[in-house]
Amino acid sequence: MSVLVADRELDCKGLLCPLPVYQTSQAIGKLGPGQVLKVECTDPGSLEDFPALARQRGLTLLSAEERDGMQVFYLRKEAA
Amino acid sequence: MTTVAEAGGRPDARMDEHPDAQGRGGTGNGRRRRLALIASKGTLDGAYPPLILAATAASLGWEVGIFFTFYGLDIIHKRKHRRLKVAPVGNPALPVPMPNLLGALPGMTAAATAMMQGWMKRAKLPSVAQFLDIARESGTKLFACSTTMGVMGVRHADLVPGVDIAGAAAFLDFAADADVSLFV
Repeated sequence: MSVLVADRELDCKGLLCPLPVYQTSQAIGKLGPGQVLKVECTDPGSLEDFPALARQRGLTLLSAEERDGMQVFYLRKEAA
Repeated sequence: MTTVAEAGGRPDARMDEHPDAQGRGGTGNGRRRRLALIASKGTLDGAYPPLILAATAASLGWEVGIFFTFYGLDIIHKRKHRRLKVAPVGNPALPVPMPNLLGALPGMTAAATAMMQGWMKRAKLPSVAQFLDIARESGTKLFACSTTMGVMGVRHADLVPGVDIAGAAAFLDFAADADVSLFV
């Protein structure tokens, strides 16, 4: 796996739905086209929520992983 | 089966499950997806589901409208939305199951309400007032049911800012183009 580099990082650890998706949505708004956001969560629902967010917002989910009860996502904002 | 190339070259394997998704909550025909909610309950536990769904849908890029009707109108009532309560009577799901007879005793509603407020705070969930701010900031349409206002003697000035007074026809007109409609 190639190493993913994030332009911004968002800490959603300890937050429950809808906050990880909401805060990620806000952070995505501040990204430029092609930029990558890394999000760390501890809400197990985020494993289903982030692919859904990516689909609905037209983002590319570069990576979704769960390790030690933490979910880590890399999302890329595409050109409009 | 949509290939990655057809899905705009996105290497997201899940794209093929939703070939109509084109981002920004799109429906594939250039229109944003739309969520239409009816909020009919004026309790603390009844207020959270529509507000959570609204905040989530807006985060997905959807248009959202909530029709606040009957007791649901309290959710957008200036004074009452800060004092919504949890009813212990007729609520067998309380963590300490309480016979209705005991639940009806003075102080039990306050106790059940304080307990839920504690959970929400510990979970760092926004308050009802904060969720209403999120709704307004994300452009969610807040419809106040005009019939309820008439029946219960509620004036426009009694409601939080950013609310439109509407009848059922106006809400149905909004909901007619909705992709998801829910009565909560």
